[in-house]
Amino acid sequence: MMGVVRILLARLAQAGFVAVLVGTVGFALMHSLPGDPAFRIAAERYGPDMVDAAAAEAVRAELGLDGPVLPRLLRWLGRVITLNLGHSLVSGAPVLPELLDHLAHTAMLAAMALALALPLGLPLGVLAGLRPGGAVDRVVLLGAVLLRAVPPYALGLALMVVFALHLGWLPPAGFESPAAILLPALTLALGVAALGGRVARDAVMAVEASPFLRFARWKGLSEAAVVRRHGLRNASIPVVAVLGLQFAALLEGAVVVESLFSWPGLGHALVHAIFARDVPMVQGAALALGLGFVLLNALADALAALLDPRRARGTL
Amino acid sequence: MILPRRALLAAPGLLAACGDGTAPSWPRIVAPGEFAGLDLSRAGHVLGRMGVVETLVGADEAGRPTPELAVSWAVSADHAEWRFRLRPGARFHDGTPVDATSVASALSHAAAGVSVLARAPLAGIAPDGEDVVVFRLHRPFAPLPAFLSHAGSGVLAPGSFGGSGRVDRVIGSGPFRVAQIHPPHRLLVARWEGWWGAAPRLPGALYLATGQGETRAVMVESGEAQIAIGLLPASLARLRRRVRVAVASVPTPRVRMLKLDAASPFFRDQRVREALSLALDREGIAGALLRDATLATDQLFPPALADWHDPSLGPSRQDLAGARALLEAAGWRPGPGGIRQDALGQRFAVELRTFTTWPELPAMATAIQAQLREAGIAVSVSIGSSSDIPRGHRDGRLQMGLFTRQFGLVPDPLGTVLSDYGQAGGDWGAMNWHSEELLALAASLGTTPDRSARRRIGTILREERPVIPIASSTLAVAATPRLRGLRLDPFELRFHLQELDWPA
Repeated sequence: MMGVVRILLARLAQAGFVAVLVGTVGFALMHSLPGDPAFRIAAERYGPDMVDAAAAEAVRAELGLDGPVLPRLLRWLGRVITLNLGHSLVSGAPVLPELLDHLAHTAMLAAMALALALPLGLPLGVLAGLRPGGAVDRVVLLGAVLLRAVPPYALGLALMVVFALHLGWLPPAGFESPAAILLPALTLALGVAALGGRVARDAVMAVEASPFLRFARWKGLSEAAVVRRHGLRNASIPVVAVLGLQFAALLEGAVVVESLFSWPGLGHALVHAIFARDVPMVQGAALALGLGFVLLNALADALAALLDPRRARGTL
Repeated sequence: MILPRRALLAAPGLLAACGDGTAPSWPRIVAPGEFAGLDLSRAGHVLGRMGVVETLVGADEAGRPTPELAVSWAVSADHAEWRFRLRPGARFHDGTPVDATSVASALSHAAAGVSVLARAPLAGIAPDGEDVVVFRLHRPFAPLPAFLSHAGSGVLAPGSFGGSGRVDRVIGSGPFRVAQIHPPHRLLVARWEGWWGAAPRLPGALYLATGQGETRAVMVESGEAQIAIGLLPASLARLRRRVRVAVASVPTPRVRMLKLDAASPFFRDQRVREALSLALDREGIAGALLRDATLATDQLFPPALADWHDPSLGPSRQDLAGARALLEAAGWRPGPGGIRQDALGQRFAVELRTFTTWPELPAMATAIQAQLREAGIAVSVSIGSSSDIPRGHRDGRLQMGLFTRQFGLVPDPLGTVLSDYGQAGGDWGAMNWHSEELLALAASLGTTPDRSARRRIGTILREERPVIPIASSTLAVAATPRLRGLRLDPFELRFHLQELDWPA
């Protein structure tokens, strides 16, 4: 248990480092983008038809965009410690509540995607791993390659046409009914299931071929006990590690899917904020994503350490 | 394996049955426009169209002013003062009367911010008694009623403004009141029984900002939305074949055009600008990229602006031989690699800037690049952000820009013409070009609504070519056929929800 605590403390220190790094890099990147931020902010606020040099100048004066850059960054870093992420340059509303709302939507989407991906990918991966080169393995490989190769935008549109238009089972987009989460979640889930299935297959294969499994069988354990005590637990370690990373990737990879399905999540908000040069919003979103990544990594590490105590003791 | 599969299949039905609390008889409208706040400069386009906020003056399909919160108006003999008489009995959604004091205060707030009203030569807005609002002007300005019909000139109740003058609640006077509002994408409105007009049949409606055109099309096709505003040409062709969806479109006063720096060595000769216009296959571009060849135009003012558009001028056809002859006459002779050069050996190589706010623009830019190459002009296309064109105009580095311009920003384009083609040109208009005759005509229009002067302005712009129009636009809308009374507004000011009926 002490090992798990040590891992979590290390991750906490990492989180502080990530916050400073992500905030600074996000700030620097936003200021190095071509184009005039005053025009972009004005276009997002008032619509592109209302934007001319006068509107842009008004925005520049209101937000002090001409001022020195470094003090603005230092002010932001100082405020982050008190959880004050500033105000959006576009809407004027505080960033934090807006961000939490988007984050909740994205987390919901990612969790639903994972919930759909696990029962789809893992059983097929295990079946494929038990008979490498068999019919199931080859069909699953083909399916996984196809699903990973199709861009999420095209996959999402195809699912929309099938499930919303032809079958009429699911709403195609929006966030008005609870069922609206299913199609974007499925779009993300298919990609995760493909990867998770492949990892599960390789892990099962490796465990199947391992000396400790042969020894377990040799010493006379029943097949069920072999799989339960030695097979599943060992095979699940790489799967947990990969799925942890995948969940974090889902939070970020939802950008395209969220836009396509009009899902009011963090990815969608981040893209809008980048277009609008809404620096506090971009920094806040990047911070949330960075910390989310650290948190999920920490959870995956902790889970792996519980599954395999040698990791926590540092003997592996 | 059987149980989870069954559960999965049943889940959508169960979840859908939970619903969200809005009654099924409230139609959902999906449109591209998000709104970045509650202020009318940011959300007016949505609040106006959804019938929450009204303006003093409305506009009919031809852009002519119609009474709304003002029932009549008149201008003084010296054109320095306009008086608007308010509609008796009109009330805000909080029950307070729409009186001259509240209107003057709301519009003064709009004129002080980013709005079209801020561009009018206003000296002051003041109440005169209970029911007359007086606008004093610095100089004669005939299009004032049109400026007052813009969404940003909406009238909010005094209770809408918080202590610092910010809008913290939306209290309008239209047929629908705000039930829930979540910037930037969701607005639920409910019928307001105290409206001065005939009571709307719909109990309410929901506006959902949906950025992707394909998504909007699928939402209306599947019945998830009842009205989809702004459809992509590709979706439109498919939707027209569906029986579950009715498709309608209306020409709008938006024009895609090329802007040229008339002071540059390339474009200062009017013959070169004319040659560029002749070298373009507008019908090809409109047919292939916008899926509607009839949108091709070389007039700045589209048919939606009846007083400005000249229907007697036919479509402009591509004339490569004519373009080449004009370029020769202007001193641009064929050079190495088929690119023309002038007597000093300077190649005719220019940069065309455009941006992606409108998805068709980059594709149009590459089509223009290919077509001008045929005439011996090398164009490099630079795709950036919409700020590149106003910035390039200011710093003088812009050579050619491709963009769209909305002439119906206010239903009378005179204001747009003045800001785009005035003495110093405009960010979204002429660059280093002006015409004394046009300025004199525009000044005369400040006092008299003269149709022949408007047509003449169109003719000057067509002959001198400070900009080269390419294609006009339509607003395409798909709706469920059960929805009755749908009326499209070319100026995109109103959805006219109060005229809609959605029988069960």
